[in-house]
Amino acid sequence: MTTIGTPPKEYLLAVEGLTVSFDGFKAVNDLSFYVDENEIRVIIGPNGAGKTTVLDLICGKTKSSAGSIRFREKELTKMSESQIVLAGVGRKFQTPSIYDDLTVFENLEISYPRGRSVLGALTFKRDAAVRERVAEVAEAIFLKDRLHDNAAFLSHGQKQWLEIGMLLIQDPELLMLDEPVAGMSVSERIKTAELLNTIIKNRSVLVIEHDMKFVEDIAHKVTVLHQGKILSEGSMEKVKNDPKVVEVYLGH
Amino acid sequence: MKRAPSFMDLKDLIAVGLLAIILIVVFPALLDGFRLNLVAKYLTYAFVAVGLVLCWGLGGILSLGQGVFFALGGYGMAMYLKLEASSVENTKIQSTPGIPDFMDWNQITELPYFWQPFHSLPLTILLIILIPALFGFVIGSAMFKRRVSGVYFAIITQALAAIATILIIGQQGYTGGVNGITDLRTLHGWDIRTDSAKFILYFVNAILLLCIVGFAMYVRDSKLGRILVAMRDKEDRVRFSGYSVANFQIFVFCLAGVFAAIGGAMFTLNVGFMSPSLVGIVPSIEMVIFTAVGGRLSILGAVYGTLAVNFAKTSLSESFPELWLLGLGGLFIAVVLVFPNGLAGIWRDYVQPHIDRALKLNSKDPTDPAANVAKQAAAASPAE
Amino acid sequence: MFGDYSLGDLGSIFAMQGFAGLILFSVYVLMALGLAIIFGQMGVINMAHGEFMILGAYVTYFCSEFFSAYLPSLFPGYFFVAMALAFLASGSLGMLVEWALIKRLYKRPLDTLLATWGLSLILQQTYRSVFGPREVGVVLPDWLLGSLPVTDTIEVPINGVFVMCLTALITIAVGLLMYKARWGRQVRAVVQNRVMAGAVGIDTERVDRMTFGLGCGIAGVAGSAFTMIGSTGPTSGQLYIVDTFLIVVFGGAASLFGTIASAFSISQTQSTLEFFLSGSMAKVITLLTVVAILMLRPQGLFTLKVRR
Repeated sequence: MTTIGTPPKEYLLAVEGLTVSFDGFKAVNDLSFYVDENEIRVIIGPNGAGKTTVLDLICGKTKSSAGSIRFREKELTKMSESQIVLAGVGRKFQTPSIYDDLTVFENLEISYPRGRSVLGALTFKRDAAVRERVAEVAEAIFLKDRLHDNAAFLSHGQKQWLEIGMLLIQDPELLMLDEPVAGMSVSERIKTAELLNTIIKNRSVLVIEHDMKFVEDIAHKVTVLHQGKILSEGSMEKVKNDPKVVEVYLGH
Repeated sequence: MKRAPSFMDLKDLIAVGLLAIILIVVFPALLDGFRLNLVAKYLTYAFVAVGLVLCWGLGGILSLGQGVFFALGGYGMAMYLKLEASSVENTKIQSTPGIPDFMDWNQITELPYFWQPFHSLPLTILLIILIPALFGFVIGSAMFKRRVSGVYFAIITQALAAIATILIIGQQGYTGGVNGITDLRTLHGWDIRTDSAKFILYFVNAILLLCIVGFAMYVRDSKLGRILVAMRDKEDRVRFSGYSVANFQIFVFCLAGVFAAIGGAMFTLNVGFMSPSLVGIVPSIEMVIFTAVGGRLSILGAVYGTLAVNFAKTSLSESFPELWLLGLGGLFIAVVLVFPNGLAGIWRDYVQPHIDRALKLNSKDPTDPAANVAKQAAAASPAE
Repeated sequence: MFGDYSLGDLGSIFAMQGFAGLILFSVYVLMALGLAIIFGQMGVINMAHGEFMILGAYVTYFCSEFFSAYLPSLFPGYFFVAMALAFLASGSLGMLVEWALIKRLYKRPLDTLLATWGLSLILQQTYRSVFGPREVGVVLPDWLLGSLPVTDTIEVPINGVFVMCLTALITIAVGLLMYKARWGRQVRAVVQNRVMAGAVGIDTERVDRMTFGLGCGIAGVAGSAFTMIGSTGPTSGQLYIVDTFLIVVFGGAASLFGTIASAFSISQTQSTLEFFLSGSMAKVITLLTVVAILMLRPQGLFTLKVRR
């Protein structure tokens, strides 16, 4: 178990003693880890290790049984999903989660950080600032020419990009990505890596990924989860040579 | 490059203008007083149908309890009118003069406290809006905050409709029971039973409906309208984009409820009574079918759908009452299986292209969000 | 409210009302069982469930007429024939409906609701045209009439006891079928993962059709039992549809035990209240309580299992 002492103040995200059980099964068990400002952290681990559950817990989709999640000194476990987003946490889902019935423009516009209350949405004006920002992001996610097509007509890879774009427009301080390159073609994968490399600047990122090449490219630090606990943590080099990690991945 | 979707673009303006001409010029010119009054009755249902387009069509929240809201408005208005008709001198033969006749028949000797506010017209109008909004808020908060939606919401709202009917019929001393509140006479001294009053009320009703239609279009074309569609599609994505999904659901449910209540109040004024036959499970689900026939995503479709189904109902049930239920049942099935986008879908797929070609307009105008949404729903089968 | 009755009277009242509640409970369980299978297991909202039940009631009525006219010697046993026929008639109609309508709508639960409502209107009108608008009642054989004295002040009607035994038998049979038999496993497999179930060789279309047919067939038997305590008209089924759905939802849509428990609590509450209040207020209070509980604690009382 890797536990670092009392976290100094500059940690952006501090997860401590986090536990959640489903019908007695502890999917995440007494988990602690810390993410720095502008750090890119990759979580790896075999299937069922609890990786997605950790992201679910941080963004409030799942409620924890015990433990705390502090983000910029705010306790996330007590906040609603939308409050967590407003605090600066963004989340991309594993399967592309976009609005099929709306256009690419409208998809991006909904994530624009203004007019999120009922009244705000009712009086929201699509002004020049919104248009410019949407155009800018659309360009970054290679969908400049598809702005006014319904999102349903995009390819799988393009849908993934669109969701990344929605997060980009949201401009979170902590960005959580769940397998951003899964199910993509080789060329899409290269473009996505390029896209991710540009958007992860100036923010902290928590990524779940299986593609080791991709992980090696971007990770500052790697956390290996196994059966809801941390098996190993540190640089890619260190983790790769950890005998416990080797056993979990290659043993059995 | 398309224009940004905006409230009341040219196409909407033409469509609403056309509806206004039909309602305000064509019907009064062609129909006699009796038929015009029938149309007025149908139009009061259209208020409910327009609300359902926002709530069910865009937001994906199917309420089978809209009759309750219709009743809240309708009974509110009826209570005011009944109190005015039950002045002491009108009711001096009763054992307790000054209270509604049905109360007297049920040995009630004092006006119940919840009838008191309905002595005042401004208060009545306020309550017709506020009570349904509050009711919608309570029900909506209880359910949406706990993530109850879809089928369960439909079943529970249906149960509410059933409960409301049983309650109204059971408490006849306070509500007029199964006959409802009848023998209504004047509105603030103005006799609503005369032909000229009915004629004027028709226009009040039609203009109010056009205002509601305009407001509904504003909501649809605002970002809120797009969030409703987004919520129907991927509730979690909306939630994790920083929106409180429950608040939006509560809002649209309340809004649909208030529309229904206004319709109910107008029903009482135009038709001259209010009864539990407009409250329960059957009328509530019929209002859903009006919306479905018109096209669940189309605000104007809801108005035409309501008119079409009711014209058909009146003419069929006058001549072949047995056929009507079969026809209505068949309509339900046909709309679901064959025409999920209703009249609006048929218009868009078969009529609009011809008109556009004739007018040499760009037929692929993608700026109309409703058209986009509808197009989508036609391409894929509509989700719940 | 209790002041006018002595303690012994009150005991008898509760016992008698409790028994009346047990009969209501039996009918609720029978109706809810079919719906629990269709709604709970398949995620289909069948608003025409009451009409399937009424079909069973009409079949029973015609059996009683037929036997008394042509086979009076066999009349005492006609009820068993009627139940079997009711099951077959409602079940076959159910399979037909599944094939023609429901199978196109598995991904659109709210649309199923509208379509089956349409179906219920059509069935009601058909009953009215074919069987007439009048309510009909069956003639019970002698051995089902009368009542059994339990104590001096408490006696229970035999037909009620019979309906209860019948309900118990059918419930056990359904329980065995759904939880012990291979077929029940197939049904649950299809519900949980249609594609996977198909991939491992389950004929998912056939399972769907049989499940829907079974649910409707049980509704038919419920209708048959219903004739013993009430008369049958074209719209009788609609009166019960809301109660039935509430029972299934209240009990936890996918749980057979929950359905029985909720049918029990709702029927007992209602029949006990009925003695002290008017029938309509008893019903209002019962339904309101159920709705309020459902609003306050939806997560504990039902599992969301709608087919996606």
